[in-house]
Amino acid sequence: MATKASRSAARLMMAPAVILLLGWMLVPLTMTLWFSFRRYLPLRGGDQGWTGFDNYVRFVTSSAFWPAVQATLVIVGGVLIITVCLGVLLAILLDQPMWGQGIVRVLVIAPFFVMPTVSALVWKNMFMDPVNGLFAHVWRFFGAEPLSWLSEASMPSIILIVSWQWLPFATLILLTAIQSLDSEQLEAAEMDGAPKLKQFWFIILPHLSRAITIVILIQTIFLLSIFAEIFVTTGGAFGTRTLTYLIFQRVLESQNVGLGSAGGVYAIILANIVALFLMRIVGKNLDN
Amino acid sequence: MGRITLDKVTKSFGDVEVIPPLDLTIEDGEFTVFVGPSGCGKSTLLRLIAGLEDITSGQIRIDGNDATSVPPARRGLAMVFQSYALYPHMSVRKNIAFPLRMAKLDQAEIDRRVEGAASVLNLADYIDRKPGQLSGGQRQRVAIGRAIVREPAAFLFDEPLSNLDAALRVGMRLEISELHKRLETTMIYVTHDQVEAMTMADKIVVLRAGHIEQVGSPLELYRTPRNLFVAGFIGSPRMNLISGPEAEKHGCHTLGIRPEHIEVSAEGGPWSGVVGVSEHLGSDTFFHIHDTGLDETITVRADGEVGFSHGDRVSLTPREDVMHRFGADGLRMA
Ligand SMILES: Nc1ncnc2c1ncn2[C@@H]1O[C@H](COP(=O)(O)OP(=O)(O)OP(=O)(O)O)[C@@H](O)[C@H]1O
Ligand SMILES: [Mg+2]
Repeated sequence: MATKASRSAARLMMAPAVILLLGWMLVPLTMTLWFSFRRYLPLRGGDQGWTGFDNYVRFVTSSAFWPAVQATLVIVGGVLIITVCLGVLLAILLDQPMWGQGIVRVLVIAPFFVMPTVSALVWKNMFMDPVNGLFAHVWRFFGAEPLSWLSEASMPSIILIVSWQWLPFATLILLTAIQSLDSEQLEAAEMDGAPKLKQFWFIILPHLSRAITIVILIQTIFLLSIFAEIFVTTGGAFGTRTLTYLIFQRVLESQNVGLGSAGGVYAIILANIVALFLMRIVGKNLDN
Repeated sequence: MGRITLDKVTKSFGDVEVIPPLDLTIEDGEFTVFVGPSGCGKSTLLRLIAGLEDITSGQIRIDGNDATSVPPARRGLAMVFQSYALYPHMSVRKNIAFPLRMAKLDQAEIDRRVEGAASVLNLADYIDRKPGQLSGGQRQRVAIGRAIVREPAAFLFDEPLSNLDAALRVGMRLEISELHKRLETTMIYVTHDQVEAMTMADKIVVLRAGHIEQVGSPLELYRTPRNLFVAGFIGSPRMNLISGPEAEKHGCHTLGIRPEHIEVSAEGGPWSGVVGVSEHLGSDTFFHIHDTGLDETITVRADGEVGFSHGDRVSLTPREDVMHRFGADGLRMA
């Protein structure tokens, strides 16, 4: 976008999309804001008028708030670390010429097409069930006491399930990035005396840095709002209640729309802080 | 030191033999140019020497030592790629220092060598920029800089100038020749540019389909091409190759005569024809002459001031002493 004319033309052409998006987001956002300042208990008296910042204060001072923030961050962080590390490894592996490459690639992508609810159910019942789950059988085969995954190792279990869902996404993006690496660069590095590991560290990883930031950015935004996986598996018990889940409980289980809306506003603020932070990293990375 | 010997080297990709058994010796300090038509295996040969491809059979010796299974990094050769292959996320300084860092030299020595290369190649002005912020010629220089800091036994260039515009190419050509004179290191240079081959080489290797057609100094190839292929390949514009009765008159199957060895005049020569297209280069004019009765178009070089125009009838006088005679097998006759 070099000239003034092209800049204003661009603005004009983007306007419909921007207006639509704004309307799309502004209506629910305003409603959330509106409810967050009201005492609204649908089954216990309905809308009972303004309460000022009462909902906000109650949401953060409730004993469930900080653990929920922590659970959210642990899940997001854990999934990001696992998907990015394994994603890079898988991408490198899939980039090697091998027999049955097409099929292997489809298989690796497949988990992404499974609905979160379904995949969580499959994991819960087929793998992690303490009696009939595959893991229980494996444990018993080695003579160990089967773990009751979702209650004894609830956090790692959920991180595992969510990572399994998001790994294909990371792998796919990183694979396309690796394929765009000029093979002459690796050959030059080889001639320059860099062994494979150093080629990875000095050439491949910097080449992937942009793709990795994009994976992190997109995943964070989606992971902050995971819900189905928790709903289906632990139902928020055993320390797996995230911020999203806490809001859900406030609105539907406690039937307190005002309190839930206040939580929603906090979630928006948190997401924006993360987004801002990530945008700056990506912006810096996309510049060069 | 950098004497490279190829001994019955072959290379096949699957069951396609790209390089049939090939013997070649490149002397220490020599500037050797590989030329040949596209797809003849020049790059493949260079990559075999570099060690980026494994040879199928045969032996490569560097300074007398068997290097056939030595990994590329330990052959002591440096390569400059056609696409430059600079590391885009590193500054020019880091790019040049990279091989030294890999060799675990100490920082003072690295700095000293990088400064040295930068001053030889005039890189100082943009040493802290990223490759993306450089022009093609500057990138080429950085790539050469990255090669020279290693002080290799030989340099390998794969069409290093083909991405540059004409003027820059002339400049870089001189710089590389200059560098060779100064470093006196073996250089192997792949190109399909006639002029680069003729002006830079100590020794030209003409390849066709993986075969060596002829090895020799530029003037040897120009004066005594060993066969029709080399005759047609070396020299620009191409040598005129005449067969039929006129060739038989000179006692051969094909008669070769270079455009610059034919005199064009209004009348008086043994051959005559009609001027077709004339290409005016200023210093020279190339006339394409039709209807000579020699069964093809004859190209003639004349002085820039010679003023024949399209459709003029002219007469041609070939210089008998520089005619090339080839037999029915395509080989040069005595
Ligand atoms: N990895 C490969 N697998 C199969 N065939 C290959 C491979 N690399 C090169 N070839 C074949 O080897 C032959 C020689 O290729 P090469 O790249 O050496 O040609 P070249 O002389 O460098 O041509 P150019 O002047 O166009 O660069 C070509 O026919 C090419 O198709
Ligand atoms: Mg080539």
